[in-house]
Amino acid sequence: MPEDIISLIQESVIQGRIYKDDEGMDEGMVGQPGVTELVESALASDLSIQSIITKGLSGGMNIVGQKFEAGEYFIPDMLASAEAVSAAMDILQPRLAASDIKTKGTIIVATVKDDLHDIGKNIVSILLRGAGYTVKDLGNNIDTQAIVDAVREEKPQFLGLSALLTSTMARMADVIQMLEQNGLRDQIKIIVGGAPVSEEFAKSIGADGYGADGFQALAVVEALTSGTEN
Amino acid sequence: MPRKGILVDRPFERLTREQAELIHQASMQILTDPGLISFNREAVDILHSHGAAVESIAGDHQSWQVKIPEQLVLKALDTAPKTVKLGARNPDNALIMHGDEPRVYLITGSETNIWLDVDFPTYVNKADPTKEIRVPEFKPRRGTIDDLCQSAHVCEHLEMVDGYIRTVNIQDRDIIEDNKDVNKFFASLNNNTKHFMSGLTSLKQLDNVVRMAELIAGGKKALEGNPIISFITCLVKSPLQFVDDTTETFIEVCRRGLPIVVSSSPQAGTTAPIKEAGIMAQINAEVLAGITLGQLVKPGTPVLYGSVPVRARMDTLGDSYGSVETSQYNIDCVQMARFYRIPNYSTSGVCDSKIPGQQSSIERLFSDIVVTMSGPQFLHCAFGLLDCNSVFSLLQAVLDDAHFKMIEFFLRQPRIDQPELEAMLKQMREVVATPQKLYIRYIRPVLRSGEISGVYPFEGSGEADDVFELAYEQMKELLARPVEHIDRETTARIFEEIPGILPRLNIYESRS
Repeated sequence: MPEDIISLIQESVIQGRIYKDDEGMDEGMVGQPGVTELVESALASDLSIQSIITKGLSGGMNIVGQKFEAGEYFIPDMLASAEAVSAAMDILQPRLAASDIKTKGTIIVATVKDDLHDIGKNIVSILLRGAGYTVKDLGNNIDTQAIVDAVREEKPQFLGLSALLTSTMARMADVIQMLEQNGLRDQIKIIVGGAPVSEEFAKSIGADGYGADGFQALAVVEALTSGTEN
Repeated sequence: MPRKGILVDRPFERLTREQAELIHQASMQILTDPGLISFNREAVDILHSHGAAVESIAGDHQSWQVKIPEQLVLKALDTAPKTVKLGARNPDNALIMHGDEPRVYLITGSETNIWLDVDFPTYVNKADPTKEIRVPEFKPRRGTIDDLCQSAHVCEHLEMVDGYIRTVNIQDRDIIEDNKDVNKFFASLNNNTKHFMSGLTSLKQLDNVVRMAELIAGGKKALEGNPIISFITCLVKSPLQFVDDTTETFIEVCRRGLPIVVSSSPQAGTTAPIKEAGIMAQINAEVLAGITLGQLVKPGTPVLYGSVPVRARMDTLGDSYGSVETSQYNIDCVQMARFYRIPNYSTSGVCDSKIPGQQSSIERLFSDIVVTMSGPQFLHCAFGLLDCNSVFSLLQAVLDDAHFKMIEFFLRQPRIDQPELEAMLKQMREVVATPQKLYIRYIRPVLRSGEISGVYPFEGSGEADDVFELAYEQMKELLARPVEHIDRETTARIFEEIPGILPRLNIYESRS
């Protein structure tokens, strides 16, 4: 029975279902428990957080990744699954601190000052959460000083900066410069992205990585985590 | 179950009801003054016996002035069917056209002399020899019967093609006037199960091609119920002349009760007035004259109001199918046919460009979109045609099919009703309560129900323009896909009964 719950969690992730009222990829899923209800059941059954995360959530995301690679799943499917994982992690988060389990890392994300656009940042957040990272989303139009303060307080491994406008992308350089001035730059890896941003620009301002889209951003973070980045 | 076509919910119209009425009245006046000149004696006799005034011109008994009274036209409009069925070898490919329903069927054609081959040679950058690109190179040559088979084959698999008009004139050495019709009919019908429409090269072959159709359809009666072939005749030459031979063909087809298009193709500026009111009044009179003659020959003959108006190029006085006015005239004609509730044969997609490319895409898409939106029942939309009507490119036909899928999608009816709006409000409330505030997860069911249009099917990777190469790959894939040929027994009977078909077209004999 406990193993069944883990399998159901995995299947819920594949289906991208958070709650029992959600539709999935397949017909007739509405009414069956979604990933949040299943995680609650798993915890009530004293299943280990380790197995919920590794076998259920990550196991499901691995299959989703394979389906995406095979062209069976599209980006909305991938995001729905990542959202499901993210919702499950929200339930598990308070217990993680009390356990030995470490998340893959913490990343602060923000859209820089004077820029109100946050779709890209939000998608990146969903994907990162789905991949097992702890994401602190500061929001949009975030003051440079506020970003630096958050880095100082939260001590994340990563900082993700987003901008949609050519007029605001320069703020990313401001953030990096202020982090250097405050002696915080060496503590974190910085990834930048957004429509006007390019690999070349990222290098020019001293960022550690550049994501052309959400998936590339995730791949860059994963590479930086494992130390396999170019 | 007939083909669905594209149902245009609210067709685009340029004319007010009053303007359509004015055009009708002007056409009625034209038919009596100046009337038409007929070079065909039989048409003169038929019209005269029903009350038209006729007068030999210069007493030569070669041409006659014919004045067709309004009541004769109105009676013909009354007997002309308001619904026309064009059958097909595969009955699921039948086309049902109601004159008052703007359901658009997309048809290929028409005949070109030149077949455009394409190849993709590689070019090396002189400044940087490590850089290479493949560029399409188009090579024109005279069309053959093998090309016609290939064209019919590919068009069988093109999803948006509802019916087939041959796209290439067969100019093989062993094709002569006496065997051209039977070969073009057989090659087309044997490689395509959709409706087949054609003109006739020789009236002497009419009974042979009708007999061929009877054998394929399952007999004379079966052909009546499922007319797998139909004809198109340009019996009227603008301005206002019944041509001798095509009028004779028209009369004979009407006698056999098979569907026929009364087609007129005036050119604004040369064979019709340059002004819209003028060309419209004239083309309408010309088509009505043809419909009247057909209904007098055999009341109830299924006819299509065929309109191929075009504006003259100002530099050469040749046809300018790519001109904006040409689309305007066509849309006006669609509306006039609907005014009479007779199914319309209209034209779009013919372009001035000589090869596939940006000019070709812009010219053809412009008219394809606007004329489709006007809701003609039978849209001869020139799949693959270039250089007005003289060149055919199979590659372009594949591109056109993809573009028509986009037009079809665009013309879908909006789904806005109370349950839909309530579902959307629920969605909004749910999304606004989430941290990310994104609707992405709701895309999924819609994505798989086909409610979202796809990306451009020939989109290249990165900045590369791979459109032609990708379309070429699809063309090859369609050619490799088999088609349902006429069965062995029927093929044997056709070759036995119908003289003149080239033995190499018998796939059963050539394979054994």
